[in-house]
This record gives sequence, C-alpha cells and structure tokens, in this order.
Amino acid sequence: MQHRKLALLLSIIPGFGQFYHRQWLKGLLFLLITVSFFVAFKDLLNMGLWGIVTLGTEIPRDNSIFLLAEGLIALIVIFLGLIVYYLNLRDAYKTGVMRDNKQTLYTLRQQYQHVLFKGYPYLISGPAFLLLLFAVVFPILFSFAIAFTNYDLYNSPPAKLVEWVGFSTFKEIFTVDIWRSTFFDVLAWTVVWTIVASTLQVALGIFLAVVVNQKEIRFKKLFRTILVLPWAVPGFVTILIFAGLFNDSFGAVNNDILAALGIDAIPWLTDPNWSRFALIMMQGWLGFPYIFLVTTGVLQSIPEDLYEAATIDGASAFSKFRHITMPMILLSISPIIITQFTFNFNNFNIIYLFNAGGPAVPDSTAGGTDILVSWIYKLTMQSSQYALAAALTIMLSVVVVSIALWQFRKSSTFKEGA
Amino acid sequence: MRNRSRLIRLTLSYGVLIVMSIMILYPLAWTIGASFNPGNSLISTSIIPKNPTLAHYKELFEGSASLPYGQWYVNSVKISFFTMVGAIISVSFTGYAFSRFRFKGKKNTLTVFLLLQMIPQFSALIALFVLAQMLDMVNSHWLLILLYIGGLIPMNTYLMKGYMDSIPMELDESARIDGASFTRTFWQIIMPLSKPMLAVVAMNGFTVPLGDFVLSSVILRKTEAYTLPIGLFNLVNEVMGASYTTFAAGAILISIPIAIVFLLLQRNFVSGLTTGGTKG
Repeated sequence: MQHRKLALLLSIIPGFGQFYHRQWLKGLLFLLITVSFFVAFKDLLNMGLWGIVTLGTEIPRDNSIFLLAEGLIALIVIFLGLIVYYLNLRDAYKTGVMRDNKQTLYTLRQQYQHVLFKGYPYLISGPAFLLLLFAVVFPILFSFAIAFTNYDLYNSPPAKLVEWVGFSTFKEIFTVDIWRSTFFDVLAWTVVWTIVASTLQVALGIFLAVVVNQKEIRFKKLFRTILVLPWAVPGFVTILIFAGLFNDSFGAVNNDILAALGIDAIPWLTDPNWSRFALIMMQGWLGFPYIFLVTTGVLQSIPEDLYEAATIDGASAFSKFRHITMPMILLSISPIIITQFTFNFNNFNIIYLFNAGGPAVPDSTAGGTDILVSWIYKLTMQSSQYALAAALTIMLSVVVVSIALWQFRKSSTFKEGA
Repeated sequence: MRNRSRLIRLTLSYGVLIVMSIMILYPLAWTIGASFNPGNSLISTSIIPKNPTLAHYKELFEGSASLPYGQWYVNSVKISFFTMVGAIISVSFTGYAFSRFRFKGKKNTLTVFLLLQMIPQFSALIALFVLAQMLDMVNSHWLLILLYIGGLIPMNTYLMKGYMDSIPMELDESARIDGASFTRTFWQIIMPLSKPMLAVVAMNGFTVPLGDFVLSSVILRKTEAYTLPIGLFNLVNEVMGASYTTFAAGAILISIPIAIVFLLLQRNFVSGLTTGGTKG
C-alpha cells in the first residue's frame, strides 16, 4: 500500500499518521489536542447536542433557551474541531505523498518555520476571527434558530419549555390576518422610506457640492463648514433636537416658523403622513453632508483641462455638467451611494428616536412610521414576540444580502477585492 | 448676455447656499438658545433668551440619581475609547493578513465578511437580549465593547485591506530581502503608510458607540450604566417638554467636542474613504 493511503487511514485517530511517518512530536501534538478536546468539551458536547435536539424535557430543570445556546456553542466547537481534524488528515496525507515520491521529509526546524510562514496570516487574524465568531456569528445563528421555535411571551423559560416548530412562524406571517397586513404595511413604508430618503440626501449632497464648487463662489470654506455641520454633530443628538422642534405643543416649527408664515399648526408627531414627511426631510438634512463631502473631494480631483477642452469645443455650462461632472461623480461614489440605501433600510435611530415609530396604529403592533427594523425591535423588547421577530429578521437579512450580493457581483470592487 | 446668465446663476447659487445655511444653523441655534433658557418649559423659548441662565448646565453635574450626566459622559468616553483601540488593533492585523498573504479560505472569508457587513448586527438583537441575561452580563460595558469591536471588524477590514492594497508590494519585498520579519515589515512599513485609513478606522470605532442606541439599550439597564444616547433619550422622553432645556444643555456639551474633531479630521476621513472605496 502507498504511504499516503496508509497514513491517511491511520490518522483517523489523530496523530497516528504522523507516528507512521516517524514525526513523533507532531503526532503527539495532534493526539494531545484531540484528547484534550474531548476531555474539555465532553460535557458541553453531550449536553449541548442533547439540548439543541430536544430543547429540554422537564420543567423546571431545563431552560430551553439556555440549552439552545449551549447547543449552538457545541456546534461551533465541533466545527472548529473538525478543522483541526482535517488539518491532521491533510498533513499525514501530504507527508505520505512526499514519501511516495522519495523526497526527503522536512526536519523539525523546517516544519516549524513552515508552520510559522504559512500560519502567519491565521495567527495575526485569529483573535479577530474568534471575536467575530463570538460577537457576530454566534448571535446571528442564535437569532436564526429562535425563528424556528415557538419562543414568545407565553412560551418562555423558566415557566415553560420552548419547542421546535419548523416554519410555522414564517407561515403565520402570511396567513394570520393582522400579522400579514402589518407586515405588508411596514414593508411598503420601509421601501418608500429607503428610496425617497436616500435619493433625497444623495441628490442634495451632489447638488450642493456642485454649487459650492463653482469657481466664482466666495467664502467657500465658510459654506463648506456650515454644510458639513449636520454630519459633525452626533446623529442621535440632532434627531432628539428635531423631535423637540417638531413637537406638537412646544416645537418651534409650529410655534415660530409656521405661525410666522400664517400657517396653522401641523400635527407632526400624531399624524402618520406628516410624521413620514418630517422624517424624510430630517434624513435629508442629516444625510446629505456626507455625500457633499465625498463629492467635493471628487470634484476637486477632476482635471481642469477636461473643462477647458469642452469650453473650446463650445460646450455650454449645462452640457459640461452633464457630460463631465456628473459621470465622474457617479463613477467614483456609486459604492457610497449604495451604502446610503442599505443604511437607510436599517436606519433604526431616526425612526425610533424621533417618535418611537409612532403614532400608534389601532390593532397593530407597529406604529405609523415603523420600518422593519424598528418593528422588530418593538416586537422583541416590548411585546416579547421573539420567534416572530427572529423570523422577520431572517427574511430581512435574506433580502438585504441578496440585493447586496447582486449589486457587488456587478461592480468590479468585488472581483478585485476577492 | 453671457454676463447676465452668469449673474443669475450666481445669485441663485448664493440664494440656495444661504437658505441651506439657515436651515442647518437654525435647529442648532435653537438648541443653544434652549439650553440657556430659564425654566423647563419651552413655550416661551426664543433663540436669544431674555434672561439667560446656566442653571441647566449646573443641574447636569449636580449628580442627582436620576440624572447622572457626568457618569454617562464617562461611560460613553470609556466605551468609545476601548472600542476604538480594539478596532484599530484587530482591523490592522486582519487588513494586513488579507492584503499581503495568500492563504487557504481567504476568498471565502472575504465573502463572508461582505455578507456579515450587510446583515446588521441588529439582527442578533434577540440573541443578545437573551445572552446578556444568561451570561449575567446585563449592564456590562465590556460585553458591549466586545460586541462593538466584533461588529466593526468586517466592514473596516474591507476598508483597511483596500487601502493596504494601494501600498506597493515592492516596499514589503525589499524589506523582506533585507531580512525584516513579517511583523517588522508590518510595524515599520505598512502601519506608518496606512495612517489615513487608521484614522478612519479610529473614527468609526469611536463614533459607532456614540451613534448606537439599539445594542446599548438592550444591554444597559441601570441608569448609572447608561451611555449618553440612552441617557439623553430617556431624559427627553420620560417627561417630554418638562426637561427639554436640560437635555439641550446636555446635547451641547457632547456635540461640541465631537463636532470639532470631525471638522478637523474631515479631510483625512474623506481621502481615506474614497481611496479605500474605489480600490478595495
């Protein structure tokens, strides 16, 4: 039998393939890792796997949600273990190939250097990956898992057990009347909000950058500083300020501005349509300076001779703008424009801090200006509809990710980047 | 003819700029005015108060149990600072690894990063809500800091990698030929040249906790543990109107330092971002 096959077969028990190659130290290392893996995680694996399948069988001994979390941790640990196992198999096989080809094997020192060289990127990014696993990947998996359970106010530990219910929560979103109508109302407003608010802030930002950047405009520095102020002041502060300004009883918008113009007070916070209008205007105010800044950078980098050449050819100011300025801007900032849309799609802060997604709508858990994310927040924090919130989260993530992937595949950024 | 159209264009331009400036300055000026306005009520607020008072600023630092503004400030600065440091360390390493090395799983990891940056950390809300209780880390600032750093890694790794890709590989190679180790090359060549992007990452790290309301409101439940966003939100909302003037004073004190830093660093920020954005 070839060395490679025999070694591969032997390393089904980690380390033995290496022993076969007389690489004692390395073999011992693999064996040690395996043994300590099982010793350290025996209970976790046992308990976790049982827990994630059954979600507990006895009250009050078992807490389904804790069991679910343990189960997921067990799965992650198993996944990491499998990677080490794979490395073990691969190492034994590769060394086997070298023996089959009658090459001299690496010395211990060479192996050490090889590992150091190959392993360097893993070594330096390892801690960050672990953190990512703990802080981002695990919570997301956990949320996703909850979507397939019946976890809510009435089925929650420690008083009750939680059970796996498959796709029934997803089905209910579309079959239970009140959920369906709420879902589609919220979705429709989310889409309108995302498109209108993002377009407004992008258009305003580009327009103002072009205006300020005209050669004849004086006090450029002053205007630029004023125009980027909304970006420089922390967003949550400005939103809360606006909440005060638009306040129905004491807000300056009604009391000072509209009164001065002789217009009757408008119910900004209590009428959904006026609330929506105010939100879109505010997002325009908050969001344009960033686009303004980036566009200004682009404008300053467009070579002057392009415009001179166009002037010689007799181009009007407008056609110069259309054929030189605009394409240059769009080319450079299109990735940033896309991020504005995804940002607003998930723009929880402005919706929630302004009037908590209100005004309240009768027979609905979502308020008149709630977008999907703020609705999910309320479902989780206020009405304890965990499974429903998680199911919505999944649907939302799938939509965002597929749009983003589709977009990134088209742009060269992704191809070069990966 | 030519002159006249120019005149119209300029008049319109100045008109637009002045209107925009007023729209931007008005809310800010109104807040400043409110913060000096005596009493709690805003009914009689004007931009220039008739009897300006510093009472609201004093109230913030009296340290009453329901309004520990100083404590919130310290909490926010602490969380922002450690998030920034953590983000810089982890992202410069991952950026270096992704920019300079070919290793197994690199392409897949980058795709996963891309996906993770699309899925808002928000979607883990329910999990964090449960986990904080399970780990008995409700009100823990360190848990929050770790979550922020983790959330910052994917996006900022992309930015960092893109920026480092624009540093010529020949520089590393010649350093390697001269016998420098990877780590030394990283510290002495890559890091100094990546300063503009490091500034961007630092700024992202510092501002994310200040802009976050969701994660912090899930994890921090005690008034003393609050950060400024939650603290001020509750201040405004619990008795809307009643303490709006105090909120205004609190808002001014947090906005001014941040606005100054942003205005000073804006050039760095934009150049770093556009370079990273187009190249990576």
